[in-house]
Amino acid sequence: MRKWILLAAALSLTVTACGGSTTTTTGSSGDNGTATTSVASRLDTIKSRGKLICGVEGTIPGFSFVDQSGKYSGLDVDTCRAVAAALFGASDDIDSKIEYRNLDSTARFPALQNGEVDMLARNTTWTLSRDAAGGNGLEFAPTTFYDGQGVMVTKASGITNFDGLDGKSVCVETGTTTELNLASRAKEAGITVNEVKFQDSNAASAAYTEGRCEGFTSDRSQLAAKRTGLPNPDDNILLPDVLSKEPLGPVTINNDSAWFDVVKWVTFGLMQAEEFGITQANVDQMTSSDNPDIQGFLGAQGELGQQLGLPNDFMVAVIKTTGNYGEIFERNVGADSPLKLDRGLNNLWTEGGLIYSPPFR
Amino acid sequence: MSATHPPSPVSQRPSAVNLTPLDWAKKNLFSDWFNSLLTILVGFVLINTVIGFLRWAFSTAKWSVIPTNLPLFFVGRFPANQYWRMWLLLTLIALLAGLTWGVLAQMATRLFSRSVLIGVGLAALVIVLMPLPSVEGGAPLLVRLKLLGLVALVLAAAWVGRWLGQRKSGLGNWLSLAWGLSFFVGLWLMAGGLGLPVVSTTAWGGLLLTAFMSLVSIVLSFPFGVLLALGRQSSLPVIRWLSTIYIEVVRGVPLIAILFIGLIMIPLFLPQNIRLDLVLRATLGLTLFTAAYLAETVRGGLQAIPKGQYEAASSLGLNTPLSMVLIVLPQALKISIPAIVGLFISLLQDTTLVSIVGLFDLLGISRSILANPQFIGRYAEVYLFIGLLYWGLCYAMSQGSRRLEKQLKTSH
Repeated sequence: MRKWILLAAALSLTVTACGGSTTTTTGSSGDNGTATTSVASRLDTIKSRGKLICGVEGTIPGFSFVDQSGKYSGLDVDTCRAVAAALFGASDDIDSKIEYRNLDSTARFPALQNGEVDMLARNTTWTLSRDAAGGNGLEFAPTTFYDGQGVMVTKASGITNFDGLDGKSVCVETGTTTELNLASRAKEAGITVNEVKFQDSNAASAAYTEGRCEGFTSDRSQLAAKRTGLPNPDDNILLPDVLSKEPLGPVTINNDSAWFDVVKWVTFGLMQAEEFGITQANVDQMTSSDNPDIQGFLGAQGELGQQLGLPNDFMVAVIKTTGNYGEIFERNVGADSPLKLDRGLNNLWTEGGLIYSPPFR
Repeated sequence: MSATHPPSPVSQRPSAVNLTPLDWAKKNLFSDWFNSLLTILVGFVLINTVIGFLRWAFSTAKWSVIPTNLPLFFVGRFPANQYWRMWLLLTLIALLAGLTWGVLAQMATRLFSRSVLIGVGLAALVIVLMPLPSVEGGAPLLVRLKLLGLVALVLAAAWVGRWLGQRKSGLGNWLSLAWGLSFFVGLWLMAGGLGLPVVSTTAWGGLLLTAFMSLVSIVLSFPFGVLLALGRQSSLPVIRWLSTIYIEVVRGVPLIAILFIGLIMIPLFLPQNIRLDLVLRATLGLTLFTAAYLAETVRGGLQAIPKGQYEAASSLGLNTPLSMVLIVLPQALKISIPAIVGLFISLLQDTTLVSIVGLFDLLGISRSILANPQFIGRYAEVYLFIGLLYWGLCYAMSQGSRRLEKQLKTSH
């Protein structure tokens, strides 16, 4: 028996020793990993892999979902496609260059940090703690969708703006920032709103459908999606007022400027293309435009793409594949989609919105 | 209704011959005032529920979401121009299933009993009547014909299998081998390579992915679980402790945590350019998880074997491995079949958790379909449909296990 105990002790020692050594090796290899990322950018990894791995949500109407032909579709998905087109050139089958990865809100940041995905395009709100190195340590590319809390009312109620809710009842999900925002904005506006609280947003929207309250508040993109599921979608309107800031955009990892700059400038490029009036249909004619800004933008002259580590005509490939920002918006969440969101804040700065790209020069 | 049965004395068991439906109802449903009241109450609730459901199903529900997305439910994002591979796989399975059925039923007096015929008729009716989308995946008529052909194939193969089985013995072993080989053929058809266009595992989805992951986890976790169970009973302390530690650690961690470890932690231990396939990781997690539970189930079976069996085996001169394989395990596993099948059914249902780590299994693809702005709010229709699919799979498994139990029944 004592022999057995001795043997077991010896074995367990070896096991722990091995365990210890593996931990140290993984620790050092982890260090190596970060060291290599700061030297060799993820951009090179992606190029040599020949595929972009893009984290999406996968179940958000208008932003990312699988359509009936089995293709991913949505505003976030088109952002992935734009980046892939910039990296690998225009293609009718750009999805063959992209691996989509569905990530829920708990898995999205770890998956980005451990290199499981190259970038996120999945309805992530840009906040300080997510951006800061002391927080999640992420990099936020320009906002592709300014979401915010909104209020949906029936057309029949005659309410046209937030002040019109004075004395009316609003269905709201309890225990969320949505509820707090509604209360504080009502206080600011000096009106009294009767909050009808529900444990989850489906119950709240069902109560609104049954007419138990005049208004229903949630994020505007959510409201638009809920509206399409109502019996008579056109009888309901979203109030123009936005009660909170939810800027959503693509995200990459910290400390990798080369890769982050690509994502950032491809996103800006989509916006700039709309400002220039370059669309999927006319991009080929625009390459011979005599406007020097457009020539530089499309790579007909200058070396803007090369500075990013991309082909000079990368924006031609992007716009051929996905169209400009306005086209992407209208196709997925705007007038051409069942969601029918109006541009609002997501209009160009020249049209009174917030979509603004720094100059391409 | 059976709850309202009055306790009938055994001696007065009536012969079932002269019992009209009215008599039966009087006896079983309206035997006294209390039972009558219960019958009326329960009947009222039931009828109301059924009417409510039918009213919803035929007026409120918009079923178009199901036929439009039918390929997605079954094979996920599998490329449409490669669907023929799935048909080939189905044909192979139908052929083998029919043959196996025929061989197993070689002793039965009639191959196609009344319940089987009713089942076949129902299946044919569903195939002919179900709405199908007229998209590029093949014209509806063609799909119907293919499905009917599959049913006919199963029946024909069953007949041939019975005929062969009655004339040649030992066909069962060949069939097992064929099933084993068909798995690799199926894997080749799913993944491609060797002359077929490659289909990435990220394109697998729907019922295909659910069935694949459950099947692989079941097949792999079984031997692993049996080994762990034996290891836990071993007289060698190191093996016993390691098995015990493994079982206790894995059983102490929720499956979702294991899947998250697979998703988030494993890449940390690998070099940046090496990426393990996500389906592989999830299947591995499911297998490791199920093996631990299976080990405990099998251990229960082992403990039910009387000590005399071990002693008899060793008095015959069998060494430990032989006595395990020949004497103890066959009995222990037979005892544990119901529990093991229960475990496998819950494994099938646990595969829904992989939709949280981003795989499009049957539930995952349904959630994505529901996010299509065209189909927002069709929750009830979609979840009812996939619920039926899950039920069908689980029912088939439990039916199969009951057959297996009957087949292996040796007690008198």
